[in-house]
Amino acid sequence: MAIHDPHSFPGRLIVVEGIDGSGKSTQLSLLQTFLVSEGYDVSFTEWNSSPIVKDTTKRGKKKNLFSPTTFSLIHATDFADRHERSILPPLQAGLIVLADRYAYTAFARDAARGCDPAWIRNMYDFATRPDLSLYFKVDIDTAVARITGGRIQLKFHEAGMDLGLSPDPITSFRVFQNRVLEEYNRVADEFGLTVLDGGRSVVEQQREMRKLVKPILKGLRRTHAPRTAPASATLHATGTR
Amino acid sequence: MMMETRFYGSGLAKLTMGSELPGNLIVVEGADGVGRSTHIELLQGWLEGQGFAVSSTGLVRSALTRRGIELAKEGHSFDRTTMALFYATDLADRVEHEIIPALRSGFVVLADRYIYTTIARGATRGLDREWLAKLYGFALIPRRVFFLRLDPDELIRRTLRRGGELDYWEAGRDIGLAPDLYSSFRKYQSLMLEEFDRMTAQYGFTPIDASRSVEEVQAELRREVANLLDPTLLTPVADVADD
Repeated sequence: MAIHDPHSFPGRLIVVEGIDGSGKSTQLSLLQTFLVSEGYDVSFTEWNSSPIVKDTTKRGKKKNLFSPTTFSLIHATDFADRHERSILPPLQAGLIVLADRYAYTAFARDAARGCDPAWIRNMYDFATRPDLSLYFKVDIDTAVARITGGRIQLKFHEAGMDLGLSPDPITSFRVFQNRVLEEYNRVADEFGLTVLDGGRSVVEQQREMRKLVKPILKGLRRTHAPRTAPASATLHATGTR
Repeated sequence: MMMETRFYGSGLAKLTMGSELPGNLIVVEGADGVGRSTHIELLQGWLEGQGFAVSSTGLVRSALTRRGIELAKEGHSFDRTTMALFYATDLADRVEHEIIPALRSGFVVLADRYIYTTIARGATRGLDREWLAKLYGFALIPRRVFFLRLDPDELIRRTLRRGGELDYWEAGRDIGLAPDLYSSFRKYQSLMLEEFDRMTAQYGFTPIDASRSVEEVQAELRREVANLLDPTLLTPVADVADD
């Protein structure tokens, strides 16, 4: 099915995966700036952002209405809507689509919440298989240090607080994200994700990322010639989401 | 009296349940206008009169998704996969928060449609039937599913002679089957009927001929329900026409 077979659209799909605090969003944002400066047409989409599903997710989170099953289902609904509107059309039109999190996030997170892995995989069967899936692997300590250092506070579901693992958000985050990490490792093997060491410096990671992206861009149309400004000028960290 | 706790697939995550539930889940399926809600109301009144605790539930009534689905339908901005998943979210929420708690408390739960309508809607829109069936692996298997079966031509006449209109979604207008509402409705309902006939064998529905009078249909439903719950309920069934 779709998620297992290479697509035949003229565009390219590049996705980043990793736990919160792995640095994937920073890296993807840098890559986007670089690709645009190289003259490519780029479109960006991120997890959990469909306009028709947003209100439901928001209300469900606020009122704590979700169970692991409905949490998993609403994210699949969100993804299906974005796949139809924000992922397929640009791929069909020949653009580069950059996705911050993809179906693999659900495979890791929802399984860590106790959902049946086969059931989750069936749900996302329609998803287009990416041309490149980069998994930013970090240990929990690095992730926690990044999140608590740069961000205000841990989000309820990110920390797995809905599972009642611990009343302390940091402890809960560690326990839950450790489970997510285990699942990610399994998913990386199963779906052939490219593993990057998310513990290295931003610049080192970005250089490796560009090296990995280059071969898959062969034959892709550019709108204009690459700009002469050194791409390294854009290498500054951005906020994570 | 009890029903077995069985799911179509792996069931619901993080929910521990015994092998039996003290209540009973009874589903009534069928097209809009076939009399589902009338018969559920009559069944509910009758069962309550016999001392049963009864609760009813219907499609898109979950606290979580109701508003979101209504909004999306207004905008006609649904793709078929998104729609199938949104409906599945609604159903999962109701199974966990309404149906299972009621069954645990010994209620007879009368469901005005269940997973089968949304499976049929997806299948008529070209979604893979196996994908749909697996998606609903979290759904509790009902004690019994009654399928109120009616020919689309009769369904149209019934809807229109009551001053009703043919509904946009029930006519499958979103999938461009025909240029006009009538032809689209007829075509779509024929496709839906095919899906239901297919599922009747697959899921073991009890088909009920809905072309008959309300009294006749209700009498048959009561006979069936009495057989499930308590055969002594059969005594008053003979008097149903006097209700």
